[in-house]
Amino acid sequence: MTSSQQKRWRALIVDDEELARHIIRELLQPHTEIEVVAECANGFEAVKACAEHRPDLIFLDVQMPKLTGFDVLELIGEGASVIFVTAYDQYAMRAFEVHAVDYLLKPIGKKRFEEALERAKSRLGEKTPSAQKLADSARPPQQFLERVVVKDGTRVTLIPIAKLDYVEAQDDYVALASQGKKHLKQQTIASLEACLDPNCFVRIHRSYIVNLERVVRIEPYGKDSRLAILSDGARLPVSRTGYARLQSLLDEHK
Amino acid sequence: MHPLLTRNRLGYYLLSWIPLAVILIFVMAAGGNLSWLESSIIVIPLCGVYAFICLSAWYTAKSASIQRESALRFIVVHSMAAFLISALWTALGWALVTALSRTPSFQGLNQRFSRQAPILFAAGYLLYLLSVASQYVILSLEASREAEARVMETNILAREAELKALKVQINPHFLFNSLNSISALTSIDPSRARDMCVLLGDFLRMTLGLGEKDLVRFSEELELLQKYLAIEKIRFGERLIMRETIQAESKSCLLPPLLLQPLIENAVKHGIAGLPEGGEVRLSCHRQDGRLDIVVENSWDPDAPPRRSGGLGLKNVQQRLEARYGKDANLRVNTEGPFFRVMLSIPAEGEERS
Repeated sequence: MTSSQQKRWRALIVDDEELARHIIRELLQPHTEIEVVAECANGFEAVKACAEHRPDLIFLDVQMPKLTGFDVLELIGEGASVIFVTAYDQYAMRAFEVHAVDYLLKPIGKKRFEEALERAKSRLGEKTPSAQKLADSARPPQQFLERVVVKDGTRVTLIPIAKLDYVEAQDDYVALASQGKKHLKQQTIASLEACLDPNCFVRIHRSYIVNLERVVRIEPYGKDSRLAILSDGARLPVSRTGYARLQSLLDEHK
Repeated sequence: MHPLLTRNRLGYYLLSWIPLAVILIFVMAAGGNLSWLESSIIVIPLCGVYAFICLSAWYTAKSASIQRESALRFIVVHSMAAFLISALWTALGWALVTALSRTPSFQGLNQRFSRQAPILFAAGYLLYLLSVASQYVILSLEASREAEARVMETNILAREAELKALKVQINPHFLFNSLNSISALTSIDPSRARDMCVLLGDFLRMTLGLGEKDLVRFSEELELLQKYLAIEKIRFGERLIMRETIQAESKSCLLPPLLLQPLIENAVKHGIAGLPEGGEVRLSCHRQDGRLDIVVENSWDPDAPPRRSGGLGLKNVQQRLEARYGKDANLRVNTEGPFFRVMLSIPAEGEERS
């Protein structure tokens, strides 16, 4: 026996349908080297189970309530090999863009399943791309974010984009301000800016993106800069280029 | 092809010239210069010829359409044509009279005719314009008939499109997911796997069968919905709860087939499937005062990003209602409270019995 076969694998099965989870469990049964450490019926459970069990392999459904398989992948980041399992073939491209090991279509056949498993085994130990890259490529091209998923420990928060007030850069993180609360997320402000609809969100400063709807007024502040006053009273610095961007956008809206 | 140059139409056209010729004979003789006989001998052959000359008005009328030409140009074109053609006709009259006046019985006819010549010219002018006007009437009648035919054609096309839309309504993902469930059941519970195969087979057969009909009884559609939900119930387990409030009188109502199926499918796909704990799908149906009111409600997650395909399903239903009932049907969506609610009201067709 080679060393890779002796190693015990920790697998996670994520699907909102009990019967669909059962099939994967059954197909895994002959593989004694793989241990199913948890089964999750939704994305929240999956994120939590990932933190708890540190699985090597995840069977991940795409269409699930609240958090999709792609959201889960974005939140758990590197570490595990992911095999997507879904009835929809239109996500295949996107799945490989986020470096999924394989993409299984329901109903799942034994032969196809074994192939995916082989592929996953051969990939074991390879370093998967960072969460940042995953987050960027998980977004379908030419489409702006509809919500932001943020993980705080094992707690997951969904922020609908309309409820996002502003974004502040903090080193490698961004602080997302929404309804009086701030949520930290590991992402650069530039990459987040690229995912936001430029008609609603403006980069008013090197470190700030603001939701245009929240801006109540702009006040002069110091020599060259200004302050944006938001509807909840927050005051954000506006740089000269930021002010120019704001103005051109407001002109367009007229 | 000229619309009047067919055999039966030409006959009527020439008949319509007889009263015109009689009037013209009377007018020409009224001055006292010509006798009744002389007037008739001149006018009858001239009118016979002119009837055919006036047919040419159709071509000018066709080339100068009322809508496209400016009013001035329109008047100038037709009055010039009338002037020229009437002048030609009057000259023809002169030639006839000159030839006649050579014979002994009509001596001096040319001198007596010369006083009536302007009347002939004026009559020719008016007759030509009259024929132009009637040509326009014919043209517009033709146009309206064509438009009618086009409307019919569009209706047929719309109907075909509707049928096509019906056929694609079996959602392939529903099939894939169901097959996956069956696949799981084969080892867990073979007899339930068989039940589900039968349900799926029944559902598909009913969908295809109902799709071919114009109208179906509500009871038939209901049976299809129940099969569909029974299948989804196996997939979703306890997450899917179904509630029906069906008034017995409504079961005999007639409605377009597969009208409610996409609504129920949406309720499961966009409602229940989006909730980790699941929820309820409610269907209620009422027949009252000649209306059939149907409500489909489902629990849903208001924070979920809007889905495009759900909107399409609703739009499809709305279009089908409009195509069949026009303004008599209405479809409303209400998202207040914890339920996503689609309310549908159509005229109650079909006998009233339970």
